[in-house]
Amino acid sequence: MRAAFVLGEIAGGLRRNLAMVVSVILVTFVSLTFVGAAGMLQLQINQMKGYWYDRVQVAIFLCGQGSTAAGCASGPVTPDQQKAIQALLDSPAVAQYVNDYHYESQNEAYQHFKEQFANSPIVDSVTPDQLPASFRINLKDPEKYQIISETFSSRPGVETVIDQRQLLERLFSVMNGASLVAIVIAGVMIVCAILLIGTTIRLSAFSRRRETGIMRLVGASKLVIQLPFVLEGVIAAVIGAVLASATLWAVAKFFLGDVLAKQYPDTAFISPAQALMLSPLLIGLGVVLAGSASMLTLRRYLKV
Amino acid sequence: MIRFDNVTMVYDKKARPALDSVSIEIQRGEFAFLVGPSGSGKSTFLRLVLREDRATSGSVFVAGQNVAKLSSWRVPRLRRGIGVVFQDFRLLPQKTVFANVAFAMQVIGKNRSVIRETVPEVLKTVGLEGMGHRMPHELSGGEQQRVAIARAVVNRPGILLADEPTGNLDPTTSQGIMQVLDKINQNGTTVVMATHDDDIVNSMRKRVIELGSGKIVRDEAKALYTSMMPAVRPSHLGQPAPSREAVGSPAGASEEEI
Repeated sequence: MRAAFVLGEIAGGLRRNLAMVVSVILVTFVSLTFVGAAGMLQLQINQMKGYWYDRVQVAIFLCGQGSTAAGCASGPVTPDQQKAIQALLDSPAVAQYVNDYHYESQNEAYQHFKEQFANSPIVDSVTPDQLPASFRINLKDPEKYQIISETFSSRPGVETVIDQRQLLERLFSVMNGASLVAIVIAGVMIVCAILLIGTTIRLSAFSRRRETGIMRLVGASKLVIQLPFVLEGVIAAVIGAVLASATLWAVAKFFLGDVLAKQYPDTAFISPAQALMLSPLLIGLGVVLAGSASMLTLRRYLKV
Repeated sequence: MIRFDNVTMVYDKKARPALDSVSIEIQRGEFAFLVGPSGSGKSTFLRLVLREDRATSGSVFVAGQNVAKLSSWRVPRLRRGIGVVFQDFRLLPQKTVFANVAFAMQVIGKNRSVIRETVPEVLKTVGLEGMGHRMPHELSGGEQQRVAIARAVVNRPGILLADEPTGNLDPTTSQGIMQVLDKINQNGTTVVMATHDDDIVNSMRKRVIELGSGKIVRDEAKALYTSMMPAVRPSHLGQPAPSREAVGSPAGASEEEI
């Protein structure tokens, strides 16, 4: 009976200030979407780290024609110099850090270049001898890049040592920046949501002050009096959270899955299922937000 | 049933107290009028019984419990034992008569079959048999007050507090309301009624507790509403004797019997 009564009160309350309830739904929807967007960016970063860190390499570029680096003063790399570098790679001091390595000749470098820039006219103006030969090294621990760099960069015949991970780090820092922006926007929107939920509950409590007054007098418990108001806010926030989850799922499915995945076939994007994993978090956040906001408001505006 | 021990209530430290060292006891099953001018402390008295406020000093006992010592989650239980009726009825305008009365049972978790059984009974007690489907705005003032009384007593409280229940009603209608309250009192409910209505008090011949500036200035059984007689008032302060005579007069006693 009491449950039916509380449910009836909630339905009545939601109907009575429908406009406010809709605005609560929209504000929580927008704020939680930004929270979710930040979450998705982080998931994407983790995914890409996992994918790329296994594949990226340290590249030791050897001197080619026209190299201007200090180590290349004696002209293009000689076979002796190349052998010395290879011997050093095989020596126990270096080998302990190296998973495996392979040599990429100028011709192979040219093939890769052509693949990478297939759609660009730049391919026509590049010849194999303009591209440097290199050793591609896969490290056991990517953090040990510094050791390789120190060992090889001053060797004769070495133009430069490049850690490809640093290129990725730059991308990740852009993505981290974006998720920070999303968090800041989410924070502002969450403040809006809290204030709006508070105002809505206040209005609702005011418009039902007759009922609550009578409930108090006939000895209804605090729970029965306050629960309909709290649940009103919570229900609105949960609807907002569900909408936000649906939006994130749609972004993962249609934008990442259908559009971006086709443009960047070698990048692993997060799946719609992974985006949905954020949804319990968002719903939980919505419930906590609405629950605490309405409880605080009721303590001030609804005497029990 | 209700006992005040040296109760003082101060709302504003600069002003005089709303109640000043009030000690009084109202027995189970009694019918008591609370009279006195506005600001004399009648509403404060009722608020203290309901524990809307806590006394600044002294203790208020309701049904043997010191209400100031109740933890806040037990206050609802205290209030279930007290029915309240107001001058302005306080019905829910969008609910029918039946729903208004049933509301008081729903919110304390009574089950549906009990409600369906009890509400018509109570409506019959207050003289509104068969009017359960009507809306409050279709009723006269007296009928609305009867609905309010039905709502106050539907959970069978031991105490009924009435704050000027006839304040908005004409004399004839008021008499009808008093009959209902008397009937409820005869069923064993303690009734405390704050009022300004001298006709009502005079016709009922019940206990009269008169408050003035927060103090009890008169407490008599089967008394009249004599505070309306300014010539007699000052000499009476603190001495209950003279008006006892008035009560005893046969003319007054036979005047009205309900």
